[in-house]
Amino acid sequence: MSTPSFGSDELAQFRRTFFEECTELLADLEERLGALAAYSSDVEGLNAIFRAVHSVKAGAGAFGYTVLVGFAHRFEALLDRLRDGKAELDERTLAALVAAADVFSALVDLARQGETPADDFGADVAEELSALLEGETQTTVPIRPTASAPEAPPVDRSYRIVFRPNAELFRHANEPLYLIRELKALGTLTIDCDLARLPAFEAFNVDDAYLGWTMTLRADCSPAAIAEVFEFVDDECELIIEEIADAQAEPEVVAPPPAAEAEATNSPSESKSYETKPADAKTAGKTGSISSIRVDLYRVDRLVNMVGELVIAQAMLAQQFIETRKQDDPGALQGFEHLAGLTRELQECVMAIRMQPVKSVFSRMPRLVRDVGHKTGKDVRLEMSGEQTEVDKTVIEELADPLTHMIRNAVDHGIEDADTRLAAGKPAGGVIRLSAQHAGSNILIHVEDDGAGLDRDRLLAKAIDKGIVPASAKLSAEEIDELIFSPGFSTAAAVTDVSGRGVGMDVVRRNVQALGGRVQVVSTPGKGTRFTLVIPLTLAVLDGMVVAVGWEKYILPLTSIVESFRPGRGQIRVVPGGGEVVSIRGEFVRLIHLARVFGVSEAVSDPCQGLVVLIELANGSKLGVVVDELIGQQQVVIKSLQDNYDPVSGISGATILGNGRVALIVDIEELTRLYDRSTRIAEATRLPVAANA
Amino acid sequence: MPRKILTVDDSRTMRDMVSYTLKGAGFEVLEAEDGVKALGVLANTRVDLIITDINMPNMDGVTLVKRVRAGGNHASTPILILTTESGDDRKASGKAAGATGWIVKPFAPDKLLSVVNKVCPA
Repeated sequence: MSTPSFGSDELAQFRRTFFEECTELLADLEERLGALAAYSSDVEGLNAIFRAVHSVKAGAGAFGYTVLVGFAHRFEALLDRLRDGKAELDERTLAALVAAADVFSALVDLARQGETPADDFGADVAEELSALLEGETQTTVPIRPTASAPEAPPVDRSYRIVFRPNAELFRHANEPLYLIRELKALGTLTIDCDLARLPAFEAFNVDDAYLGWTMTLRADCSPAAIAEVFEFVDDECELIIEEIADAQAEPEVVAPPPAAEAEATNSPSESKSYETKPADAKTAGKTGSISSIRVDLYRVDRLVNMVGELVIAQAMLAQQFIETRKQDDPGALQGFEHLAGLTRELQECVMAIRMQPVKSVFSRMPRLVRDVGHKTGKDVRLEMSGEQTEVDKTVIEELADPLTHMIRNAVDHGIEDADTRLAAGKPAGGVIRLSAQHAGSNILIHVEDDGAGLDRDRLLAKAIDKGIVPASAKLSAEEIDELIFSPGFSTAAAVTDVSGRGVGMDVVRRNVQALGGRVQVVSTPGKGTRFTLVIPLTLAVLDGMVVAVGWEKYILPLTSIVESFRPGRGQIRVVPGGGEVVSIRGEFVRLIHLARVFGVSEAVSDPCQGLVVLIELANGSKLGVVVDELIGQQQVVIKSLQDNYDPVSGISGATILGNGRVALIVDIEELTRLYDRSTRIAEATRLPVAANA
Repeated sequence: MPRKILTVDDSRTMRDMVSYTLKGAGFEVLEAEDGVKALGVLANTRVDLIITDINMPNMDGVTLVKRVRAGGNHASTPILILTTESGDDRKASGKAAGATGWIVKPFAPDKLLSVVNKVCPA
């Protein structure tokens, strides 16, 4: 029989799987621990945490991460005592579990990076675990890869072995024949079968054991090696292993009766079980556990890319189709529409492969709230909903930082301390709500606190102080709230240990914008603050409106478009100091000429000759974008400009149109800023985004 | 016809390692991630050996052993439990439930094969 050992390729693959699994297990552990902290003792939660630690430990043992194994061992021991009810889940224990989870996770990270932790790594936590485990003997023996049998002296020795199984041995599906074969592999074996207890045929009970064997083994092995053969059955049989002096060794006169081996198979049903051909072997694949498969992300990305190309090819075909007027042919049209439908469906299926619930990010938050609440001395409860909402894997990874920041802010700055809250007639404990939901092709994530709301006087004073807005500026309440997204703006009066380390909400906004999303804030004094992240479900495709400006084509994100119209002469007003607005249903909306932003010549410059596309920005304000004409709406495959060229402000990406030309996707949030720069009227505007320029 | 082994473990890493080793030695391997799923597989497929972890969600290994031994197609099929060195009491409870033997985690591939060979030679 071949005995493969793991090659380096396989080992690397197993290790990858192991760390992927660790990531999932640790996320689950965090979540369960958070729940445990929030709802106190729950046995299922403890079991799950135990399993997570246990699974990591088993894998870590296989790869020789001894420090991780040692730590896991203590962690597991405490969890085990908790779930057996031998220890109590009090504040101290909970704190120790939380700290242990941190160390544990750090050890996994070190292992992942191939680094060996320092000897005293996490020693304080380990000691605390030991202290909680007091009364138990601490055996943190690093686990060796395999416990091998003691080496035997290289001299042949003789043993007499008496082996008489009882019925239990058969019930546990052990097989004397296999054990005897194992013995045979050790050396020269002579076997004598004892049939004395075999009853008369009519008294024969198939479930009972009647046979026994007396064997002589001549081999260069220790008694321990022989005992090891019987390790599974030593309490299910009579077993004598004794060394006999060589002189007394029986000569090999007793040939093993051929019946001995055959009869070793005591239970007839037993022997049959191995020979029965599974009648339904073919169904194995169907009923096996294969409800999911693991696929390298690279392959999925390639698939997504290929489908993207297919969508583009299909769009090009559509263009050809229209140009050559093939749509007049009903057969061709039907076929083409079918192809278009299938392409769209295929694209959706492929996108769905990359979708994952936001839970993996959300699950880190209860812990964060607990920690920050602890540090700031605030009692804060986190309520989460919509954890199962799915979004592209890439988006999920990018969500962690902004969310962490916002939640931390909410606890640190949003929620007031208990005295202030009580004085305001609120419960002493604050509540933060984190929720996710789908809205069209976007995911909405709300982070809402029931704190004091934004302090607008202080915000404005600070903005003026920092020169972000001119002292004379008159801003609306919403515009003041928007100031927290200004670069270099920190809302905390004092830099605290928890937040306010110079990373502000501007970074959050930038991160979110990099995802093609937007973040908005709504604050009610005394009631609290709500941040909303609107993020596209996927970074791979976009529902866009193709517009023409001069000879160029641009894409505007469809989700931001409210309507488009050709204004009448009377709707356009020129604002003193420069700039135009369009009046629509009694509201004045600022106009921006796309041609001027991007320096396109030969474009329509009179809005009344072209079209105005009304766009709603992340902060809720509206903007009229002047273009020559609308070409049509289209789902476009986003190609990163950054990866293929360089980042360009005002452009979030590019795509390839049906005619094979490249069209740029407009970053509408950047538009006002760019427009102000290009027309140099920054000081004349009241728009908050412009204030950042 | 190669011998068919069902490996039951909630850890993908362990399933992968067990599977890889056994397949390399010519066994056919089925996988299940907990006791409930394992029973589902066993209801439809005859296997020659079951290798199960103890700590699993939904149904743990000891319960799985009891359920398999309680009757049906696999009442006398060998079952190996995966335990850690620290799990002596679990080893005992697995054995009491009717397990045939055990494999101590972590294991080297040849160790796994030698234990398998003891209860279900290829």
